[in-house]
Amino acid sequence: MTDVHATSVGRVTPQLAEFEQPLHLQSGGKLDGFHLIYECYGERNADSSNAVLICHALSSDHHAAGFHDGNQPDGWWEVMIGPGKPIDTNKFYVVCCNNLGGCNGSSGPSTINPATGKPFGPDFPMVTVSDWVMAQSLLADQLGISRWAAVVGGSLGGMQVLEWSRRFPERIAHAVVIAAAAKLTAQNIGFNDVARQAIRTDPEFHKGDYYSHNTIPRRGLRVARMMGHITYLSESAMASKFGRNLRHKETFDYEFDPEFEVESYLRHQGDQFVNRFDANTYLLMTKALDYFDPAAECNGNLDAALSAATADFLVLSFSSDWRFTPERSREIVRALQTNHLNVSYAEIEAQQGHDSFLLDIPDYLHIMRAYMNRVARVIKHG
Amino acid sequence: MAERMSHTKLRRHDLQMISDWVEADSRVIDLGCGNGRLLQHLQASKGVTGYGVELNPERIAECIDNDVNVIQTNLDKGLGHFDDDSFDYVILSLTLQAMRHPRTLLTEMLRVGQQGIVTFPNFGYWRNRMQVAFSGRMPISAELPEKWYNTPNIHLCTVKDFHSLCAQLNFTVVSTSVVHHSGSQNLGLRLWPNLFGEIALCHIKKNN
Repeated sequence: MTDVHATSVGRVTPQLAEFEQPLHLQSGGKLDGFHLIYECYGERNADSSNAVLICHALSSDHHAAGFHDGNQPDGWWEVMIGPGKPIDTNKFYVVCCNNLGGCNGSSGPSTINPATGKPFGPDFPMVTVSDWVMAQSLLADQLGISRWAAVVGGSLGGMQVLEWSRRFPERIAHAVVIAAAAKLTAQNIGFNDVARQAIRTDPEFHKGDYYSHNTIPRRGLRVARMMGHITYLSESAMASKFGRNLRHKETFDYEFDPEFEVESYLRHQGDQFVNRFDANTYLLMTKALDYFDPAAECNGNLDAALSAATADFLVLSFSSDWRFTPERSREIVRALQTNHLNVSYAEIEAQQGHDSFLLDIPDYLHIMRAYMNRVARVIKHG
Repeated sequence: MAERMSHTKLRRHDLQMISDWVEADSRVIDLGCGNGRLLQHLQASKGVTGYGVELNPERIAECIDNDVNVIQTNLDKGLGHFDDDSFDYVILSLTLQAMRHPRTLLTEMLRVGQQGIVTFPNFGYWRNRMQVAFSGRMPISAELPEKWYNTPNIHLCTVKDFHSLCAQLNFTVVSTSVVHHSGSQNLGLRLWPNLFGEIALCHIKKNN
């Protein structure tokens, strides 16, 4: 057994949860029923008090750890989840589901609409962070988990954690909010709209019904991802990774084919993404990001928006993250302090930008480990 | 650079003195809290709630391990992230001397809190005076172990200096205690604190 396997949750089989009841959505829309795909890691204790919910970000899914085929762990949060890792599956029972509107097994635009027998496409209703949390709570009901030891998420996942803390305070003991924000800035919404426009103006988009045309808006989704990817990195991370290096040559050819390393890297990232992600889901997820603003319900007062929360919090940000800056995390921390909640906060020194929350950064994992140990201690002592 | 002093240097006795000044169940913020030992003590003995403030990520993990809330903050950039009068006590323990702008930080302390407790190595301690007077060199001691060029303790003062800064800032010094690293409280310490006290502890508040 190699080290990789000693600290991996190993082979996992995604599960499907079916929900027959209608789900009324924040937009006013409704789903008559839905399903969520999810994965679980670790052993559940007798009263399920060691359950931890992982909330995923924009472009990830339920596969946070382990592997399906082959034997190489390829979950999106391998650095965080596994035996002996910060979210230690020797202690916790970890659950991660693909959110509503997703494209990897949960109900979403690319799944079949029972009413028509065809993919939902553009008819899939707009879903919000609040809807996701509602759906996740129904999953918790079905799994018999009355209270999460912790709900943990980065970026858009962190927004779900915040929503959990105020929507279901009695169902969450600890909230871990990483590289998130209580709302997007105009700059962020702007980036999201450029991404959406790239997709929606692709001739293959067909008003979102590209499935029935047997095509996908490949070019639009690719451009959207390329731009998104740039914003998830920092200038210095890109400078040190690519600099102005040319591909396999020393001099310019004065042409439009990719000449710089960074161009071919981004195109490759874009191509890979197109093969695994649905364009309509991308549209929905970016809108969910834009809409999230719990303070708006309280005249812009975040203190009031979080006043129902009772959980203990860990809030983390990364120094070079310019999409979800440390200042945005500070706003959350300040509101939690005003509400006299237990909160710890660290701004992790890291060069990798927003993507840092997915990476092996020693200070980050060290603090996560310390916090999750604290979560485990509380469970043990009841 | 050497890490600045912190509560790891505070002895049981010193913790107890600070604890004696803090009312039960109050809201406390501990600036430069190190591994959170002081707050942990105050939580256990006085039922206080609040936060530690620390810059070093290692210490932050230790605070979390010690069940102490900790907010990473660079004190040299002020306390802008904390609201006015949001704490009963603001503690600054063995940290003042390492600050770039001690005067600004003291002002900030009594903006965010009602009362302050400040502890610092007393430069007026007789051994420090002797070293400067007789060897003509900057003092080196258990409390101030680094050389002048690599010490994090860049703003050293005596008990008298501190009192005079408080007067300038229009703060009342409610009480002052000094301790010797032996932990003893002899007559000399009581009569001539600025001479015999190795570490000074001052309880301050704003003049209304």
